[in-house]
Amino acid sequence: MQNQWLYIGLFFVIGIIVPVVPLVFARLVAPRKPNPIKQSTYECGIETVGESWVQFKAQYYVFALVFLVFDVESVFLFPWALTLKQLPLFVVLEGVLFIGILVAGLVYAWRKGMLEWV
Amino acid sequence: MTFWNNPINFIGYWLNSILTGWHLPAAIASVLLYVIGIIVLILFAMTLDIGLVWVERKVVARFQDRLGPNRIGPFGLIQPIADIIKMVIKEDITPDGADKIIYNIAPVLAATSVIVLWAILPLASTIYGVDLNVGLLFIVAAGALGTLAIIMAGWSSNNKYALLGAFRMVSNMISYEIPMVIILLIPTILANTMSVRGITQAQSGMWFAILSPLALLIFLISAIAELGRSPFDLNEAESEIVAGFHIEYTGMKFGWFYAGELLHAFTFGGFIAILFFGGYGGFFGLEKLAALAWLNIPFVQALVFIAKAMFGYWVIMWIKYSVPRIRIDHMLAFNWKFLVPLSLVVLVNTAILNKILIVLPNWLYVLGMFASNIVIGYVTVEILRSYGRNQRKAEKLPDSHAQTQEQTV
Repeated sequence: MQNQWLYIGLFFVIGIIVPVVPLVFARLVAPRKPNPIKQSTYECGIETVGESWVQFKAQYYVFALVFLVFDVESVFLFPWALTLKQLPLFVVLEGVLFIGILVAGLVYAWRKGMLEWV
Repeated sequence: MTFWNNPINFIGYWLNSILTGWHLPAAIASVLLYVIGIIVLILFAMTLDIGLVWVERKVVARFQDRLGPNRIGPFGLIQPIADIIKMVIKEDITPDGADKIIYNIAPVLAATSVIVLWAILPLASTIYGVDLNVGLLFIVAAGALGTLAIIMAGWSSNNKYALLGAFRMVSNMISYEIPMVIILLIPTILANTMSVRGITQAQSGMWFAILSPLALLIFLISAIAELGRSPFDLNEAESEIVAGFHIEYTGMKFGWFYAGELLHAFTFGGFIAILFFGGYGGFFGLEKLAALAWLNIPFVQALVFIAKAMFGYWVIMWIKYSVPRIRIDHMLAFNWKFLVPLSLVVLVNTAILNKILIVLPNWLYVLGMFASNIVIGYVTVEILRSYGRNQRKAEKLPDSHAQTQEQTV
């Protein structure tokens, strides 16, 4: 078992090194002639207007919150799904009840207008 | 254990015997062998990626009724190599005000999150990186790294278009992760394991695409949204926000975003093949016949797997070049109001029916699962049609009043 995770760890390390190699090579080979006009921020060919770190729209936060609830639910559903074959039918129905409670949460969010994009 | 049966272990034992013959301690020899195997696998993935650039450009050209690259090499086959040389020698322009560290890490992370998925992708029954028993969870976890890379790229670019593109893309990707994770539970239930090889072996009787076609459909849609390809490609809406989160990237950094996206699409094609179409095996039990025993050779299985993954990639490309882009509010509404409830219904249906019908003979089980999916699909379409009918009626009502008033006058 620990050999498998050693493999994954090495894979990560080499997976980070492999994209870096062409970037380092490009830094050695490519020209570097910076000037202020080239390095200015792109805005379709005109001068930038206003701050570039624009205000964060609150609706993104609401969607992230709903995502969090359902993500934690799905994490709890993984062990349920894995052991379904060995367990009797009423355990399946208990899992369905759990899903039903969270669907009630989704319906509440829907009716309260949390899933609208205003 | 011959070379044809088990190529990787055969070569591994041979090299191990050489290395221990040179008096290296066994632990260092095995780590060195791991590193060599990983480098070979990653180089294979990168070569496939280069081929995918050619496939993508030729296919998009044919969809748009033109020829595509055909100057460089026969049929334009050397075109991707020319692209790579061009991207490496281009100047690397860093915008002023950009957050240097995060700006440089983002493309590397985007490429890493895709390369790491190849560790668990089984090309054949004995050609794979590692057979984790939590393979599906690993897929979801590695995919989340890609989301992180996008927000890093958008935030550090000091460009409001990049930031807007990154915001929309991240809200898109996290939203569509929910149906994807819920649908990943369905092969887990049907195969009783989360390991990717185990799921492939459990499909030697019947493909999961036939046991649960709705799950295949929802996974396909969620996968396309996770990849950020059309019709969900708001991050690089070329006509709206000019390349979105990777506006300020030039040269090879942009190259890693682009190549990473193509390899990610092919890898997800491979996962669709594994989870629903039987992966490297899956010939409905035909491979047990003596006449078709050559189907069990690992290299033939690898070819079968790549063919199935190419088919999945073809479907993803087909959808990309046929339909227009969807607006962000439509996209999020489609996910939270349609896909999530539908995927929960399909999960509950699969869990209950799998428990009840497993005692019946096999053909009745398959028929029952397939029929239940058709019933759910039909009910969903009817609900949508009646919803559409009610909306049209509500829109018509003020107009009909106006018409009758005009007639009386």
